[in-house]
Amino acid sequence: MSLWVDQYRPRSLDALSYHHGLSERLKALAASGDFPHMLFYGPSGAGKKTRISCTLKQLFGSGVEKLKIDQRVFLSPSKRKIEINIVQSNYHIEITPSEAGNYDRVVIQELLKEIAQTQQVDMGAKQRFKVVIINEADSLSRDAQAALRRTMEKYMSNMRIILCANSTSRLIAPIKSRCLLMRVAAPSEDEMLAVLQSVARRVGFDLPPEAGTKIVEDSNGNLRKALLVLEALKMQSPDLTGPLSIAKPDWEVYCHKVADLIVSEQSPARVMEVRTKFYELLSHCIPPTVILKTVAERVVDKVDESLKADIMHWAAFYEVRMRNGNKKIYHLEAWVVKVMSLYKQFFYNIDMSEFD
Amino acid sequence: MASSFFAAKATSSSKLTSKQRVEPALQPWVEKYRPKTIDDISAQEHTVAVLRKTLTSTNLPHMLFYGPPGTGKTSTILALARQLFGPDNFRNRVLELNASDERGINIVRDKIKNFARQTPRAETVASDGKVYPCPPYKIIILDEADSMTQDAQGALRRIMETYARITRFCLVCNYVTRIIEPLASRCSKFRFTPLDSDSAALRLSHIAQAEEIDVDKAVIDELISTSAGDLRRAITYLQSASRLSSSSTPATKIKPVDIQEIAGVVPTAVIEDFARILGIEVQNDMVVDDSPPRVDGRGGFEPIKKYVKFLMREGYSATQIISQVHDLVTFHPTLNGRKKSKCALVFAEADKALCDGADEELWVMEVGLRVNKAVLS
Repeated sequence: MSLWVDQYRPRSLDALSYHHGLSERLKALAASGDFPHMLFYGPSGAGKKTRISCTLKQLFGSGVEKLKIDQRVFLSPSKRKIEINIVQSNYHIEITPSEAGNYDRVVIQELLKEIAQTQQVDMGAKQRFKVVIINEADSLSRDAQAALRRTMEKYMSNMRIILCANSTSRLIAPIKSRCLLMRVAAPSEDEMLAVLQSVARRVGFDLPPEAGTKIVEDSNGNLRKALLVLEALKMQSPDLTGPLSIAKPDWEVYCHKVADLIVSEQSPARVMEVRTKFYELLSHCIPPTVILKTVAERVVDKVDESLKADIMHWAAFYEVRMRNGNKKIYHLEAWVVKVMSLYKQFFYNIDMSEFD
Repeated sequence: MASSFFAAKATSSSKLTSKQRVEPALQPWVEKYRPKTIDDISAQEHTVAVLRKTLTSTNLPHMLFYGPPGTGKTSTILALARQLFGPDNFRNRVLELNASDERGINIVRDKIKNFARQTPRAETVASDGKVYPCPPYKIIILDEADSMTQDAQGALRRIMETYARITRFCLVCNYVTRIIEPLASRCSKFRFTPLDSDSAALRLSHIAQAEEIDVDKAVIDELISTSAGDLRRAITYLQSASRLSSSSTPATKIKPVDIQEIAGVVPTAVIEDFARILGIEVQNDMVVDDSPPRVDGRGGFEPIKKYVKFLMREGYSATQIISQVHDLVTFHPTLNGRKKSKCALVFAEADKALCDGADEELWVMEVGLRVNKAVLS
C-alpha cells in the first residue's frame, strides 16, 4: 500500500498530463539517439523527477525500473569516510551529492570518473551511454561544480548527466552552458484540478469541485502537496462534502502565532516571549528561512500599506545575514526588534533614525 | 593454432578501438570544431600574432591566459601545442590538468614535479609525414588555474623556475586576480577579450554550413546577444537548437524563440509586465493588437507580491530575472540618472545576496519593491 502520490505517478511520457510541449520535446530527444546533458529546473512539486524518470524509461525501456539501493564509501583527502546512498539500475545511477556536505567534490570526481571510464557492457542495451542523475544540483559546492565542467565534455561518449535543481541561480555559468535547460513550471490551477480529478477517478470516487478548488488553492502550485492533502482529507471524511478544513501544519500555525504576538504588542518582554517561540521552532528543525518568510508574510498582511515594503526589505536583509552568519537566532531576533521599532515609529511618530 | 590465436587477438583489439572512438555525430560541436591551428582562432589577433612568432623561433615563455569563459583560451594553447609537437609527441610532451582532476598540493608535489623533471625524448619523424618544430621542452597546461588553492600555487613557484630549461607552464584562468602574484610575475600574460559579434557570427555560420543546417541571420543575432561574447555557449545553444528542430516531426527551422527557451531567458513579455507593475513605463512600438494592457496599476505592495509569486511558480531563475530587469532599467529612455543609480544599487545588493545563497523569492520581491520606490520617488 503506497501513497497515491507514488501509486499514480505517471510512468511514461505519454501519461503526463500537462506541459505537453515539453513531453513532445523530451520524446523526440530520446528517440534521436543524440541525447544532450540536461538540466531540469522549476519549483518543487512541479514534476521534475517524474519527467526525468519518464524520459529514462523512454530511453532505455522498462529495465530502468529495476532499482537497487547501494551504499558507497568514499575517502576524503583527509582520510575521512563519507557514506553516500546510491540508487541505481543497469542503465542509470542517481546520487544526491549534497549528502556529503563539504566533501561533495570528492564524490563527484570519484564516482563520475568511475562511471565514465567504464563502458556499457550489456550489448542489448538501447543506448551506448549511461545516465547519471544528480539531485539538488543547486546545493553543490563551487568546487564540485568546477569538477563537473571538464568531465561533462570529456566523457560525453559514455555518459550523460541530468541535473535536477530548484533554481539555476546557484549553478555556475559553465555548467549551464553545457546543458540543455528544461524549465518545468508549476501546473496552473486548472491543470492541477484535472490531475486531482483523474486520480480520484482511478481510486474510485468522485471529487466534488468545491473540495478540489479548495485543495488547489491551498497547495500553491505544488502538485505533490495537493495529492497528499487529498489523500489525508479522504481519510478524514470519506465523502468529501460539507465544510472542509485543510489542516495547516503545526509549525505554520505556530509561526502565525508569533506574527500576531509581534503585531499586538511591542516591548522587551514581548521580544523575550517571541524568542522562546523561535527556539521552539528551531529545535523542531524548521529551517530558519522558512520561519522568517512565513512570519514576515503574516506580519505584512496585518500592518499598514506604508510599512509593508520596509518589513519585507528587512526580512530580505536579515535572511542574507542569517546565511552568512553562524547563529540563526540572532538574526531572527534582530528582525523582530527591527519590525517592532518600525511599527512603533509609525504609530507614535517618533523619529528613531539616530538608532540606525 | 598459433595463427588463429593471433588472429583472434587482432580482431578483439580492433573491436576495442572502434568502440572507444567517439562517433563524430555524437561529439559536442564545441569539441568537434575546436581550432586545429592557431590561425583558425577567431579574433584575439594580438595573442595569435605573438604566438605565431614562437612557432618560428620555437622558444616559449611561461604563459598566463586569462579572460572571460568561451573566448578560446584552452583552444589556443591546445592548438599551439599540437602545432609544436605534432600528434605523436603530443601525448608525452603535454600534461593537461584541470579542475576535474585532483589538484591539491600533493599532486603539485608528485605528478607535476615528476612530469616537469623528465627530460624530453629526442624527436622522431612524425607519422603523418609533416615536419613539426618539436622544441626541446614539454608543456604543462593548468586549466582553470584560479580554482587551485593558494598552497598549491605556492608549491608551483620554485618548480617553475627549477625546471624552466625543459618545461614550460601555461596557466589558464578566468580571473587573473586569483593567481598569486609570484606566479603571475613569472609568466607573460595574455588577455583574451570577449568576441566581437562579427567574428562570432562568422564562426557560427561556418559551423552551420559544415553541419548542413539552415540558419537565419536573426537566429545568429539572437545567439550572439544571449551568449554575450561567449562562443562556447553560442555553439552549444546552436547544437541544442538543431537537435530539437531536427528531432521534431516534421523537422522545423530554428526560430529565435527556441534559442531564448534553450538559454533559459525569461520571455520579454513577462519582464515587461513585471516592469509595468513596478511603475516603469515600457513603450512597446510593436503593439498592433488593440487589446488592453494585460496588467496595469502603478506599484503597490499586493500586485508586486502577486506577480513575484507568479514568477516563482513559473520557475524562472532569480538571477536571470534581475539581470533582465537591470538591462531594461539601464537602457530606459526616460528615467533620469538619479533613479537609475538608485535601481543599480538595488541590483548590485541583490546579486551579492543571491551569490551568498539567499532566498530567491524574498530578494526578487525586495528588488521589485525598492525599484518601485525609486521609480515613483
